[in-house]
Amino acid sequence: MSSTFLGMPAAPPRSPYGTGNLRGEQKFPKAAHGELRNEQLRSNLGKATRTIRAKRLAVTGELPDWERLRDAGSAIKTDTMNRLPELLEELERRVTERGGTVHWARDGAEANEIVTRLVKATGSEEVIKVKSMATQEIGLNEHLEAEGIRPHETDLAELIVQLAHDRPSHILVPAIHRNREEIRRIFLKEIPGVDPHLDSVPAHLAAAARAYLREQFMTTKVALSGANFGIAETGTLSVVESEGNGRMCLTMPETLISVMGIEKVLPRFADLEVFLQLLPRSSTGERMNPYTSMWTGVTPGDGPQEFHLVLLDNGRTAALADKVGREALNCIRCSACLNVCPVYERTGGHSYGSTYPGPIGAVLTPQLAGMHAAKDDPNSSLPYASSLCGACFDACPVKIDIPSLLVELRHQNTEESGTTAEKTAMKAAASLMKRPKLYTKAQKASRAGRLMAGKDGKLSHLPPPFNGWSATRDVSEPPKQTFREWFASPEGQAELRAAAPQDDEGKEEDR
Amino acid sequence: MRIGLFATCLGDTLFPDAVKATAVLLTRLGHQVAFPPGQTCCGQMHVNTGYQREPVPLVRNFAEQFGDPSIDAVVLPSGSCAGSVRHQHGIVAERYGDAGLVDGVAKVRAKTYELSELLVDVLEVTDVGAYFPHRVTYHPTCHSLRMLRVGEKPLRLLRAVEGIDLVELPEADACCGFGGTFALKNAETSSAMLADKMRHVAETGAAVCTAGDSSCLMHIGGGLSRIASDTRTLHLAQILAATRTSPYALAEAAR
Ligand code: SF4
Repeated sequence: MSSTFLGMPAAPPRSPYGTGNLRGEQKFPKAAHGELRNEQLRSNLGKATRTIRAKRLAVTGELPDWERLRDAGSAIKTDTMNRLPELLEELERRVTERGGTVHWARDGAEANEIVTRLVKATGSEEVIKVKSMATQEIGLNEHLEAEGIRPHETDLAELIVQLAHDRPSHILVPAIHRNREEIRRIFLKEIPGVDPHLDSVPAHLAAAARAYLREQFMTTKVALSGANFGIAETGTLSVVESEGNGRMCLTMPETLISVMGIEKVLPRFADLEVFLQLLPRSSTGERMNPYTSMWTGVTPGDGPQEFHLVLLDNGRTAALADKVGREALNCIRCSACLNVCPVYERTGGHSYGSTYPGPIGAVLTPQLAGMHAAKDDPNSSLPYASSLCGACFDACPVKIDIPSLLVELRHQNTEESGTTAEKTAMKAAASLMKRPKLYTKAQKASRAGRLMAGKDGKLSHLPPPFNGWSATRDVSEPPKQTFREWFASPEGQAELRAAAPQDDEGKEEDR
Repeated sequence: MRIGLFATCLGDTLFPDAVKATAVLLTRLGHQVAFPPGQTCCGQMHVNTGYQREPVPLVRNFAEQFGDPSIDAVVLPSGSCAGSVRHQHGIVAERYGDAGLVDGVAKVRAKTYELSELLVDVLEVTDVGAYFPHRVTYHPTCHSLRMLRVGEKPLRLLRAVEGIDLVELPEADACCGFGGTFALKNAETSSAMLADKMRHVAETGAAVCTAGDSSCLMHIGGGLSRIASDTRTLHLAQILAATRTSPYALAEAAR
């Protein structure tokens, strides 16, 4: 802080928070309460996350330069965020030069309007969709439906979620909370003309979906996609996927509209060399994903002849303004942090209430949409949905220090929260602990706990806010003597003298 | 060496046996243990719960109590408190402290160690002459493992213990679900994590589950006590302090 005080500088106008599917209806502990009891969810998640963890460790461990790749990924992303405006303008220039049209959307509502207008201009009432987080975030499907346009998800898992009128629960495996039998029932109910004898063999389920999707690919004239990367240098957009359904959407229709979060831009084409190693290995645990599509503007006679790129802000500029928090924008949505997270593994993705679940969701969602932007904002509970175990930081291919970001957001939350019972208690605890004499007295008083303990020396019922603890955990009664009392006592000193090596061993001289 | 012992507020008040064991062990190895009596708490709970203004006096107190140049090294029998001193005190000092505090914190941070780091890296011992003829499993604790990166150090110390039957804990690196106020704010999720940790501990058939952090042990031990398990928890220091002449009496031990 400067030593000359020139009056309170006015806070710069804050960029608006994002809108759309970035806030749940209840706080995390409450939302998790129901999910923790869902045995199906826990067993699916447990199995899936364990399998993918092992695969990821195998394919990241085999690369001798994995740590250097992570460093490179982190450095490229940090550089990108530091000069985002110029890179986005470069991207716009290149896309335009190659025959595409670029649109800028401040928030979800604006992006939805732009896309709807573009689709309506083609005269089509249906669109096929490539799996995309950005369009999920802004609730594009719901908006299109309200405007009389039918969106068809083509990623198998997204299709299941859509047919079930459900929400995705994982970035990469949106239907991770469903089992085969449930999927069979969904297909029987929702796919017109499906074989009524369909069984739950995965290959048969996939075949049923394929027959249904083929029809859409052949007849629909407009496709919507997101983008994994947008290259400023060349104007190239890229989508990576496993099934090839995305490739169908990106090549067959006449019009392609891509919605890309502004943080997805990369400076150079050569940067893909780093990210196309980091992403598949971290996300599906594969050396390479089966389908990598790249397109640059419009190519006459090949692929969609009309291409629109919608650049989406929706709270990203607000996040960028925070010099600590902005690190979360480096995320490449690989989902490795979800798969290693012990909290996510047990609560599932819906508990987070946002398009972005898991550790990255807990830091990104509050930054995009705010923690105090709604009444009793559920987002304020997200930074606390972590034991700070750090497994996410170790797994992240771009080395986002998620635990530190969580602690930072917790701090921002307490700073914005005014006076709360917790803050008062924290202040009281700190003012006690900064006075050693008072602290020592309080230690003695804590021995009153001995009176509350049962005959076995255990406390099994505690009052709020500790009752959550005592529901499953005992507390042993405070000991008769604190360490400092022992250390200061003649018995303590005698015990230490007895432990010390004898003089004849010569060690005494070192002391 | 003159070693400053930071008992941690939890160790001092609720788990003094682990701190006593640390003092006895270091004395036995020929070092002088100093206990600055003005010490209290490192402020980790405050910072991890989102409070950074309140712990400034605690951070200052730590730096003052242990800044004394006659103290060669500072030891904390707690991975998470050592992590707080090394990674969080600087953040608090930079944000809400003054230049003097930033400087004091940096100086004391450079000589602050968790117990296994002090033994293996600074004192360069792995065989501390301990004797502990029981089946033991080791839980690495997240902050020791991923914040301090103590790696194999605690296991190297345990492997050198005479008579020990050390069995590997399945999914050892998974969090036990403690996480400070996380265990209160998200008590149900924390309990679900604890249940899995206890299942893995039970699979080892160990008499003792050990770790380098009394807070995680309080959590795991509290759960084991509730389900009336035969396995009990013991701090790493208590195993390393036990010798043939002064063995640890497992049966009569009070938690
Ligand atoms: S935060 Fe890191 S690990 Fe998590 S999804 Fe993003 S890139 Fe992947």
